[in-house]
Amino acid sequence: MLANYGYSDGSGNYFITIDTDMCNGCGDCVEACPARVFEVVDENPHDPMNEEPVAIVVADKKKKLKYECGPCKPASDRPPLPCMEACKAGAISHSW
Amino acid sequence: MAEEQKREFWRWLESNWVNPDINWRNAQYVTVGIDVGSVSSQAVVMADGQIFAYGNMRTGSDSPNSATNALKFALEKADLPEDKINYLIGTGYGRVNVPMADRTVTEIACHARGANFIYGPEVRTVLDVGGQDIKVIRCDAKGKVTNFLMNDKCAAGTGRGMEVFSDLLSVPIGEVGERSFEVDREPPPVSSTCVVYAKSEATGLLRKGWKTNEVLAAYCAAMAERIFSLMERVGVEPEFAITGGMAKNRGVIDRLKKKVGLEPMKTKWDSQIAGAVGAALFGYALCQKGKGRK
Repeated sequence: MLANYGYSDGSGNYFITIDTDMCNGCGDCVEACPARVFEVVDENPHDPMNEEPVAIVVADKKKKLKYECGPCKPASDRPPLPCMEACKAGAISHSW
Repeated sequence: MAEEQKREFWRWLESNWVNPDINWRNAQYVTVGIDVGSVSSQAVVMADGQIFAYGNMRTGSDSPNSATNALKFALEKADLPEDKINYLIGTGYGRVNVPMADRTVTEIACHARGANFIYGPEVRTVLDVGGQDIKVIRCDAKGKVTNFLMNDKCAAGTGRGMEVFSDLLSVPIGEVGERSFEVDREPPPVSSTCVVYAKSEATGLLRKGWKTNEVLAAYCAAMAERIFSLMERVGVEPEFAITGGMAKNRGVIDRLKKKVGLEPMKTKWDSQIAGAVGAALFGYALCQKGKGRK
């Protein structure tokens, strides 16, 4: 499942996509993110019949991703994002 | 001073229904799904995975009460005591406030599962336009979510926006769709996506001499555009179904289907109950796994 967390408003699209088929729930992204955007839950909230741990975006941060992720996204010379680098499975992607 | 009666044009009709062909006493499991949304609340009672009764009403200011009221409303015509329920699942925006729920499931999972039931297993893309959010969900033949997107930060293109317009223009919400087509020519869409700005833009258009129906058409077209831009992000795969109250508004849906290039599926069921149907079906699946109330 491609879980798109975030929003689109007048200024643009701000979504973090987690591919739950790739995510193994290891939690490396939780530690890597300086803004603590991720958390690992015991089961995918959008697939109640499946009981495997998976990373999701913290509910409180979903509506302010533009600002939470801002410090990792300077306008020029953007380094690789810590969350995407930490995810060995390659399950995380950003829309902006 | 005479008491002034203010007509509330945005108010839509509440309804409840019971299937006379089903006797719940013959069912092994009676499961209930309650979907407490930001604007409407639905309770669906299922007997062995078939819709037995449902109630669809407005959410009040108090979530626990609206869940209880919706359930009472659904059971009003059904001769079923509440203690015969084997499993009750809460879903929707107010799911944490369903006091009698055995567990909660997110509305995304429930809408996909519910659309799979009421529209059939051919559904691959579900668009849910709710009171305050838009969800675009892709699912497989079993109603399992494969890709989803929910925008609940911005009310543009949601049911609440339409309520604001029906109130502003004094057009009952059930007539908005039809009246938006009663225009001599299709006006350009309202340029603001934000409901608040769109409302001031509409006030300006009225002052310029636009007719009510033209403003409605311009807003419906803007909503269709807004909804379509979110659908593009996830991609649309046939068959395509629409759930939620907006599915009843031809003004938006007919304009949207032109953009999507697909005819939305039709159903005999109320499009608003999809989430609660999905919740009740998850309850049924959990009962079959032996997790139901004794």
